[in-house]
Amino acid sequence: MVISIAAEKLFSIGSFPVTNALLIGVLVSSLLIWFITRVTRRLSLVPRGMQNIVEIVFEALLNLVESVTSDKKQARQFFPTIVTIFLFVLLSNWIGLLPGLGTVGLNHEHEGHITIIPFIRSTSADLNFTLALSLMTVILVQFTGIAALGAVKYGRKFLVSPFQKPYVIGTAVGILELVSEAGKVISFTFRLFGNVFAGEVLLTVMLHLVPYFLPLPFLFLEIFVGFIQALVFAMLTLVFLKMATLPAEH
Amino acid sequence: MEVESAKLLGAALAMGLGALGPGIGLGLLASKALEAIGRNPEAQGKIQTTMILAIAVTEAVAIYALVIALMILFV
Repeated sequence: MVISIAAEKLFSIGSFPVTNALLIGVLVSSLLIWFITRVTRRLSLVPRGMQNIVEIVFEALLNLVESVTSDKKQARQFFPTIVTIFLFVLLSNWIGLLPGLGTVGLNHEHEGHITIIPFIRSTSADLNFTLALSLMTVILVQFTGIAALGAVKYGRKFLVSPFQKPYVIGTAVGILELVSEAGKVISFTFRLFGNVFAGEVLLTVMLHLVPYFLPLPFLFLEIFVGFIQALVFAMLTLVFLKMATLPAEH
Repeated sequence: MEVESAKLLGAALAMGLGALGPGIGLGLLASKALEAIGRNPEAQGKIQTTMILAIAVTEAVAIYALVIALMILFV
């Protein structure tokens, strides 16, 4: 039983190492792009076939987004980002649950004994992916705030003059807000990574303890956790976006 | 005590103690949310969304403990 915290290298193109998480990430995104382009190529007013399913899912998501923003125009503005994050994170969480996790892969000699480098590793179980996604999200939140309020008004959320009404307290709160923006990156990154990676470790350990039957309930648990984490990532992004577009309270 | 065994003990303690607080927090959260739904079943959707967000924030504390445990073990 080998547990590796970093994604393992499968092969390299030139000097560029291709890890199993990268491979699965490319696979998941091309799968999504292929599926959506196939569905949207033949759109009809009266939906048929796959268009039905996509419309049901997207309508439910749009209702959810509208219930948070309580503004139809803003909901449509945020919708593409939120749903892209949700679907991509959801699929990359679930793909790690496919049978063959940790058992199908390349042979690899490690300190004298042969181990396996698996082909399947959930993209979210790679710290690079979650860090990149959360950095993108937090930077997007800043830009959305500036676009909605203007740079000066948005900056006033963080840099409060100590000579105005709440005096020094306002300034201290502003600095705390600034620190919490950096904290968002850390908590986004480690929440997703920690949950998915811990899930994979849990499944591997259970598989080694009692094979076949004991992992089954944990597989159900991981399906649930994967969904909740994708939802949480998307919803938190949405809430932060919404909060960034609101002016500072006084 | 050897360094290896101290590391194992440290990781187990970090995760175990780190799960205590979030465990209590999650229990409180769920009980209050259920109470709220019981009092006002129409507001279930709204309570659920807010509850899931709060759960995510509470759970992050346990995840920090997990990260520390992993760092002790692997880094």
